[in-house]
Order: sequence, then structure tokens, then C-alpha cells
Amino acid sequence: MSLAHEMAFASPNITSVAVEATEFPDLARKYHVSGVPKTVVNDEVEILGALPEDAFVDQALSGS
Amino acid sequence: MALLSPADQQSLREVFQQLSRRVRLLFFTQTIGCETCVQAREILDELPPLSDQIVVEEVNLVLEKEKAARFGIDRAPAIVLAYDDAESADAIKDSRIRFLGAPAGYEFGSLVHAVLLVGGRASALGAKSLERLAAVDKPLTMQVFTTPT
Repeated sequence: MSLAHEMAFASPNITSVAVEATEFPDLARKYHVSGVPKTVVNDEVEILGALPEDAFVDQALSGS
Repeated sequence: MALLSPADQQSLREVFQQLSRRVRLLFFTQTIGCETCVQAREILDELPPLSDQIVVEEVNLVLEKEKAARFGIDRAPAIVLAYDDAESADAIKDSRIRFLGAPAGYEFGSLVHAVLLVGGRASALGAKSLERLAAVDKPLTMQVFTTPT
């Protein structure tokens, strides 16, 4: 979680939203969340689980 | 009733001493149809007594639609972290860090981390990551799904 927040604070083009999945089941359903953490970037890229920084940044930016 | 133990309050009070600017927790709420809004507010209310650099500002999602739209918020409870710009005391800057849902359990730690970051702590990211992020030239929205445990 904190990595996405760090990325948002470091780049004026990035927004990060921590979504509490059990409180918003419609969002969890929409993005097929079956385990946490799951990160969805621009509705395109999905990152499952917690990754080391380099790998997380790699995947998060892979669609841009 | 305090949610944090006296020992937790004391350690947070110490860690919040590093806040070098005012952090505003914009709390988007609504009175009807929001089961966890009260819980979220109770959690947020734990923080201002621990540092005069932390303030909570409530925004009614229904009555203050314009403000909600400005921060891209359409659900409650939601928290947007903002901060005072050192250049002008009136300007409030959006950190682009948000929480949807009550920041309970594990998420409370994320909230504290985010408050410290927005409050002036250096980025925890490595130089390589920061370099790559500086090159991001189109809007990215990252949604991170979590649970309290």
C-alpha cells in the first residue's frame, strides 16, 4: 500500500487510492478482487500481492 | 472512548514531532447510507490531539458536491490527504493520496505513514524509482485493494 502512496506523492501525475475491499464490494467485484493486496492501475494493469519496490514500480508503469 | 492505548498515543506523539507542515485530512462523509462513516471519523479524531500539525476537515459528500468533485471523490467514507504550502499559508495542496473506507487495523498504519510523508518526511523510494516517476507524463490512478486484517 505504502508504495502506491509514495509514488503518488512523488509524481504530480499519479493518484493512489487505498480501497477497503469489504466496505466496497461493488468495486471489489468490478476488479475481480479475490485476494489482497491487489493493485489496479488505470483499469488496465493488475498487480497481485506485495512486491519489492523495483518490481512494483515496473509493473505499475508498464501500461504507460 | 479512545481507540488507541496511552502507549500508542505516546509513540505517535513522538513520531509526529517530525511533521514540518500542516497535514489536512479531508474527510468526505454522508449521514445516510454510510455504515462506516462514524467509525472512520472516530479513527481520524484520534490524530489531531497528538499533533497540532494535523487537522481533520469534514466535507459533506451530498451538500458539498463541488468540493467532492474537485478531489474526485464520489463515495464515503473517503479521506484525502492535503497539506499547507509553505509558500502561501492559504493554499491547500492535494497530496493525491486517498483512502476509501475506514482506515482501521492494518490500514491505520498506512494512514500514519501517509501523514508523515505528506507532513514533510523524505520519500522512502530509491533514486531509480524517483527518476522513473519523474518521467511519468500521463495520469495514472492506482487503486490498491486491502482489508483491515
